[in-house]
Amino acid sequence: MTRLFSLLALVFCLAVPALAVSPDEMLDNPVLEQRARDISSGLRCLVCQNQSIDDSDADLARDLRILVRERLVAGDTNAEVEQYLVDRYGEYVLLNPRLNNHTFILWIAAPALLLLGLSGLILAVRKTPFRGREPALTEDEKRVLVELSEADEGAARKG
Amino acid sequence: MAAGGDCKAVSIELGHFALILACAIALGSAVGGLLFWRSGQRLSQVLAQASVLQFVLVAVAFLAVVQAFVVSDFSLKLAADNSHSLKPLIFKISGVWGNHEGSLLLWILILVLFGALVAAFGRRLPADLLNLVLGAQSLLVVAFGGFTLFTSNPFARLASPPLEGADLNPILQDVGLAIHPPLLYAGYVGFSICFSFAMAALISGRIDQAWARWVRPWTMLSWIFLTLGIAMGSYWAYYELGWGGWWFWDPVENASFMPWLAGTALLHSALVMEKRNALKIWTIFLSIITFSLSLLGTFLVRSGILTSVHTFASDPTRGLVILTILAVLIGGAFLLFALRASSLRQGGLFAPISREGALILNNLFLATAVGAVLVGTLYPLVLDALVGTTISVGAPFFNLTFGALMAPLLLILPFGPLLPWKRADLVAAGQRLAGLAAVAIFLTILVSSLGGVSISLAPLGLLLGFWVTFGALAELIERSKLGRIPVRESVRRLVGLPRTIWSTALGHMGLGLTVLGIVSVTAWETELVTTLNPGETTELSGYSVTFDRFEQVPGPNYLADTGRFTITAPGGGNKELSPERRIYVASGMPTTEAAIETYGFSQFYLQLGEPLDDTHVIRIWYKPYILLIWIGALVMAGAGALSLTDRRLRVGAPQRAAKPSLEPAE
Repeated sequence: MTRLFSLLALVFCLAVPALAVSPDEMLDNPVLEQRARDISSGLRCLVCQNQSIDDSDADLARDLRILVRERLVAGDTNAEVEQYLVDRYGEYVLLNPRLNNHTFILWIAAPALLLLGLSGLILAVRKTPFRGREPALTEDEKRVLVELSEADEGAARKG
Repeated sequence: MAAGGDCKAVSIELGHFALILACAIALGSAVGGLLFWRSGQRLSQVLAQASVLQFVLVAVAFLAVVQAFVVSDFSLKLAADNSHSLKPLIFKISGVWGNHEGSLLLWILILVLFGALVAAFGRRLPADLLNLVLGAQSLLVVAFGGFTLFTSNPFARLASPPLEGADLNPILQDVGLAIHPPLLYAGYVGFSICFSFAMAALISGRIDQAWARWVRPWTMLSWIFLTLGIAMGSYWAYYELGWGGWWFWDPVENASFMPWLAGTALLHSALVMEKRNALKIWTIFLSIITFSLSLLGTFLVRSGILTSVHTFASDPTRGLVILTILAVLIGGAFLLFALRASSLRQGGLFAPISREGALILNNLFLATAVGAVLVGTLYPLVLDALVGTTISVGAPFFNLTFGALMAPLLLILPFGPLLPWKRADLVAAGQRLAGLAAVAIFLTILVSSLGGVSISLAPLGLLLGFWVTFGALAELIERSKLGRIPVRESVRRLVGLPRTIWSTALGHMGLGLTVLGIVSVTAWETELVTTLNPGETTELSGYSVTFDRFEQVPGPNYLADTGRFTITAPGGGNKELSPERRIYVASGMPTTEAAIETYGFSQFYLQLGEPLDDTHVIRIWYKPYILLIWIGALVMAGAGALSLTDRRLRVGAPQRAAKPSLEPAE
């Protein structure tokens, strides 16, 4: 059902039938145009749900795409174009959040979880008493062994 | 009463009554099962019958709504809001769950179906365990059935029925809606069984290998459905949304992906528990997490909290009620876990280099990935609530964090099945994989030099994809002694291998195929956006595209601008493609219908854009090997299904040595 919600959300973007990046917006310089596409795919369409302006059909996305290209033609670097949009629309416009005070926890979460899990595992392994406490094979393991050898025998017999 | 119309009318009330009755029975079962679980066999027989009865009653309720949609009984508010008498039959039926109330009803139907299945297949379960499981399952029915009845009644009537229905959103009038939600729901809801088993283990304080043996097939079944549901949804969006994206890291997608990741981890950890009697507490924890994430997947997205555009959640009280239910259920489960987990006997020792060690690493990476996706999905929300700063967390973030976690997992994956339980030799496993690693490296170099390195990480992705795809074969090669004995003999051995071995190999291979598809389409997709007039020709990746003519064609309930195109493949051979732009008459809503042509595993994706100064904007994509993404998912699901047929894992199969069912010796 999740896709259904995405589709419904999309309906809002479809209200105005203009589609994603269109030839009349494109720059003649292929290098600049490629840079514009790269930047656009990292900028959020502010009126859509989680779509980049490169994918979005909304009018606002079109305005932003044109704005990005204007800045590029004016000689801005990619970072300057992004900064220009952030100044106007806030960090909300960036699909890839910058690392700062607000997003520190976001960026650190995955590595921290991984480290936490790893160190927990290492501790658990260290704490594990040396083997020899358990019987060599439990009943269940013996049963599995019998099953496996029977299956192998079966295969061998078949051959 | 004699008139047909009256009978129709009565069936709705009958359905309503059936749902109320089902909830009442579930309430009785929940109280009986959870409080008096020690009562043994007699109670479990009653509970089993009650579970089947719940299913029958909810099925009646569901069919009553379906019938109203099919016969276009617009006195049912739900049908009037979401159906149309001219709609094809399949969309009339799928329209039942294309809305909040109806989809809840479907959710509950699947919930009671799983309860009834446990009752039917669970006769060999210890009575105490069965009582608790069915009790917990019934509690879920009470919670969500009550929610449906009190806040989202699908049986509401209109005093003056309209002559015609308001029709379903055109984008949803697709076979995708008929298949995708039921699959996804079966996946979500199936994990409720794992949840109920976990509750039972915590309450009774007993958990052993038999428990894991019991839970694993249910986990597998749900995982298969969820895999298919996500893949189906992805393909649906790919062809329907019209720009060929197949995954967007959208909150609602993440919501379905997290239970899948957690369910995958659960499958592997239950394996450790079944074979080594270890990881008990962790497995219980994962069972609770997986179903909690399923609940989040279904309900958080419609509570109105996650995104404000979800029309289903327009009613704030509804959102509040569902959040309360979630908080009580999930919170209660974790409270029980915190109180009782320590009472479970922890067992099993393990060496780091062993099959169980590899499976634990698998769990570490998958669990971290769940955490990363969860944090990324909820972080903007929490930040906004606490600090008032709005940020976006989109695809670039997820690609980076998720990709970084998956790369090491894919790297170690082929080693796992080659390591024996308890204590293993990494070098020996490495030697068996060396040949396959060479194959993977060779193919990576070959493909990279043929395709060109457009993205610097593409070769690494390819290498991982080939490594997992071919590394999955290692155990099959090893067991069949391929190359060391005559080929005929090897084939015999392969056929005789336990199906779980095959299922492991195929499942991992499917993952490898998906990775290859993702890498290929990400690195080598080509795109052309241009203007074209009828009669003109353009070219992309060696395919020439001719715009033959432009037509305006009326459809059944829409008007279509249709472009007729001819595609000529590099090797010759023409294909006709007709992308459309439609305007639906009733709603005035425009949609684009892309035209897709398949060449092998690759696809050509053609979209007719808006008119621009007397010409037409055309968007063309060539998507190399994109079909591998979904084929890989199908292979994974098929591998899961294969493992369910393994005698030793089959639900209810007697737990003793399998009789060799092979041909007698020659």
